[in-house]
Amino acid sequence: MVGITSFGGYIPRLRLSRKAIVDANSWQNSALKAYAKAERAICNWDEDSLTMAVEAGRDCLSGQDRAGVKAVYFASTTFPFDDRLNAGIAAEALNLGSDITTLDVSASLRAGTSGLIAALKTVQAGGGPLLYLASDKRRTKAASQQELLYGDGAVALLLGDKDPIAKFVASHSEAIDFVDHYRGHGSDFDYAWEERWIRDEGYAKIVPPALAALLEKAKLKPGEITHFCMPVTLRGVAVSVAKKLGVGETAVRDNLDGQCGDTGTSHPLVMLVHALQDAKPGDKILIASFGQGCDAMVFEATAALPKLERRSGIKGALARRKPETNYNKYLSFNNLVTTEKGLRSEVDKWTALSTLFRKRGLLTGLIGGKCTKCGTVQIPKSNICVNPNCNAIHSQEDHPFSDIPGRVNSYTADLLTFSPDPPAHYGMVQFAEGGRMMVDFTDVDQGAIQVGMPMRMVFRIKEHDAQRNFTKYFWKAAPAAQTAKEN
Amino acid sequence: MAKGIKDKVAILGMGCSKFGERWDKEADDLMVEAFEEAIKDAGIEKSRIDAAWLATAIEEVHVGKSGVPLAMALRLPYIPVTRVENYCASGSEAFRGAVYAVASGAADIALALGVEKLKDTGYGGLPQRSRGVLNSMFWANVSAPGSFAQLAAAYRAKHGVAAEDLKKAMAHISVKSHDNGSKNPKAHLRNKVTMDTVLNAPMVAEPLGLFDCCGVSDGAACAIVTTPEIARSLGKKDLVSVKALQLAVSNGVESQYNSWDGSYFATTRVASTRAYQEAGIKNPREEVSLIEVHDCFSITELVTMEDLHISPEGGAIKDVMDGFYDSDGKVPCQIDGGLKCFGHPIGSSGLRMIYEMYLQMLGRAGERQRKDNPRFGLTHNLGGFPHQNVCSVSIVGRYEG
Repeated sequence: MVGITSFGGYIPRLRLSRKAIVDANSWQNSALKAYAKAERAICNWDEDSLTMAVEAGRDCLSGQDRAGVKAVYFASTTFPFDDRLNAGIAAEALNLGSDITTLDVSASLRAGTSGLIAALKTVQAGGGPLLYLASDKRRTKAASQQELLYGDGAVALLLGDKDPIAKFVASHSEAIDFVDHYRGHGSDFDYAWEERWIRDEGYAKIVPPALAALLEKAKLKPGEITHFCMPVTLRGVAVSVAKKLGVGETAVRDNLDGQCGDTGTSHPLVMLVHALQDAKPGDKILIASFGQGCDAMVFEATAALPKLERRSGIKGALARRKPETNYNKYLSFNNLVTTEKGLRSEVDKWTALSTLFRKRGLLTGLIGGKCTKCGTVQIPKSNICVNPNCNAIHSQEDHPFSDIPGRVNSYTADLLTFSPDPPAHYGMVQFAEGGRMMVDFTDVDQGAIQVGMPMRMVFRIKEHDAQRNFTKYFWKAAPAAQTAKEN
Repeated sequence: MAKGIKDKVAILGMGCSKFGERWDKEADDLMVEAFEEAIKDAGIEKSRIDAAWLATAIEEVHVGKSGVPLAMALRLPYIPVTRVENYCASGSEAFRGAVYAVASGAADIALALGVEKLKDTGYGGLPQRSRGVLNSMFWANVSAPGSFAQLAAAYRAKHGVAAEDLKKAMAHISVKSHDNGSKNPKAHLRNKVTMDTVLNAPMVAEPLGLFDCCGVSDGAACAIVTTPEIARSLGKKDLVSVKALQLAVSNGVESQYNSWDGSYFATTRVASTRAYQEAGIKNPREEVSLIEVHDCFSITELVTMEDLHISPEGGAIKDVMDGFYDSDGKVPCQIDGGLKCFGHPIGSSGLRMIYEMYLQMLGRAGERQRKDNPRFGLTHNLGGFPHQNVCSVSIVGRYEG
């Protein structure tokens, strides 16, 4: 029986108040005032679709057998690299080994579900367990409606053929080149057509037949659907499609529009994970994904669902929330306005790709060493053991640090060094099993750090080399309390 | 232990440029300024110099690499010239090279010159630069104040000190150094400041405010060394000789092993212990007359008082507040203003510290001259970060042979 064996979710902690966006921009477009309530998730300056996917993947893999994962598929329309395997970076960050199949899926908001259907077929053919990632960091023009409605977020699903928590029942896809919006090659922003046309000619005409075909394949009556997940921000559309199909209005799930916003290609799966966190065994979850056609899928929660180890999922990620009302900060983080960054920001951030390759265990996987002579755990892994009473040579084996909890030994909040979000917090973090590192901190509130504070390592953007358009990643320490598991 | 360097080498002459924002000077101008004073003081012809060492740390913003810039600036006659770099302790390294050359007999007279021209970056503070290809890929994006500031967090946690009490002791250190700098015509910063000014200054890296940080300066300093015998033969009567030169370098224990709590300098403790042994000093608190330490930040000076075994562990705040290290205290620290106010042209700083000791020993320190006839002067020159650094401790004193 093929299906989902585990899930994970990630929504960035920062939630930009829509009122802040409207207050700044309604002078030029008073129609924005209609969306002045609630908030949307925004990435911290050091987050993107890859870092969010890695976090979702870690959540998904908690308590699961990482060594058994045979494939990583990754869907996004906002990959940091057009030509460098993004799924491969995620796989290295997650320490999944090199003996895996990888695939990036893109070019449509429907990629998240289309890739998932393909992934499930791979698993059916014996290619699992497969880690499926979907993530989008949606860049929008300032003062646009999209800026209010879009959000950033990621999900991860582990797919397998043994004891799924949700069984894959059926899927149906329709490909129709209905261009409600598009983003041409090299463009930063979407170009969108009129909403009324999208609603009446798009959603209303394309989705219902696809869902009807799906139910027929699944041999289900509409009334049997307990969770109806249709990510559409146009008001009333999901309910009207459900009604037209015969699905009860109470089954229509919150599209999380006012909590994280529409997270793009991840959003159907964000809603799926959110539904799984509410579902009981036997519940049937339908997802309808729109984008140059429609993907429709049905999953059925199984008796294994309540036994899955507790994890953050989307609910935990939504609860881990830091309100942000500084619209200018959001503009600056996203390079939507040219800010003065000072001469210190001009240091060349060139990367030696050969060094990155040689040291990818440390740089991407946060792998250190463990001395086989004295047991000292240390990072970076080195030729000679750091323990002054040992100093054994060539004695270390790989030791992953990313999931080892740490504590702050010393710290500062630095206003001199360049940071896109000053002050730059960093300090010495000591790991529970041994080893320590002077590392950058992230997701820190000013004044909140103390010596002894528990920290958790997170995969983030270290710097962006604008001259060569190369994003550098490394691990940072974030306060652990904020990443506590919920649900 | 090896016999050591004690009294094998004497200082023949020293010079030091004015430190500060020398907008109108190139590095070679500063080198010549320090050299002219030193060679005149030594009373020899340039041709008597057998070998030379040049110290610069951030050569990429001024002279570039190698010993060539020194040979060119001074027109040295095809003698060996070596450029050394060991972070902010580079000046002490040049001195060590010259002293060891003389002690070995390879050179009769050797020159050490440190120079740094830092003010051509377009911004305040030290130049931002690469930490090496791999290091730049994973090190925290540290600045100097940000890395040293962490001493304060760890010191507070270890000794249970209230943030305000530590900050006050740090402020006392800066006020004291400004008082001292005001009496030094070559100092970069010659203004006196009040506790209020220091405590209310803008924050740079918590808890270090602007006045907890030393000046970033242009400048050069120079020493010419020889044996006591040659110095005497050249007519020198009062000699200042080298008693100890020690260097301790981090090997990763502080930064990667879990034995260090972040509140002190492991290297300084080792280097100072070895230096006292080399110089024959049993009780540094009683025997050392003057100290010039690497006060890049006020907190560095505070914890260094303990690491030099002069204040007891956890006792530096009390000694500082009691005025023990003030210019009229028992062991004055930074009587010339220190890095804080004399300034910190990196490659010059170690030599500038020796320069002050030399002047004080010979009674030539002018308005800031210590009256009680100093015997041993200790200089402490540190480079890098608290968790990963090089520490040089040198002791000079009156030659009693």
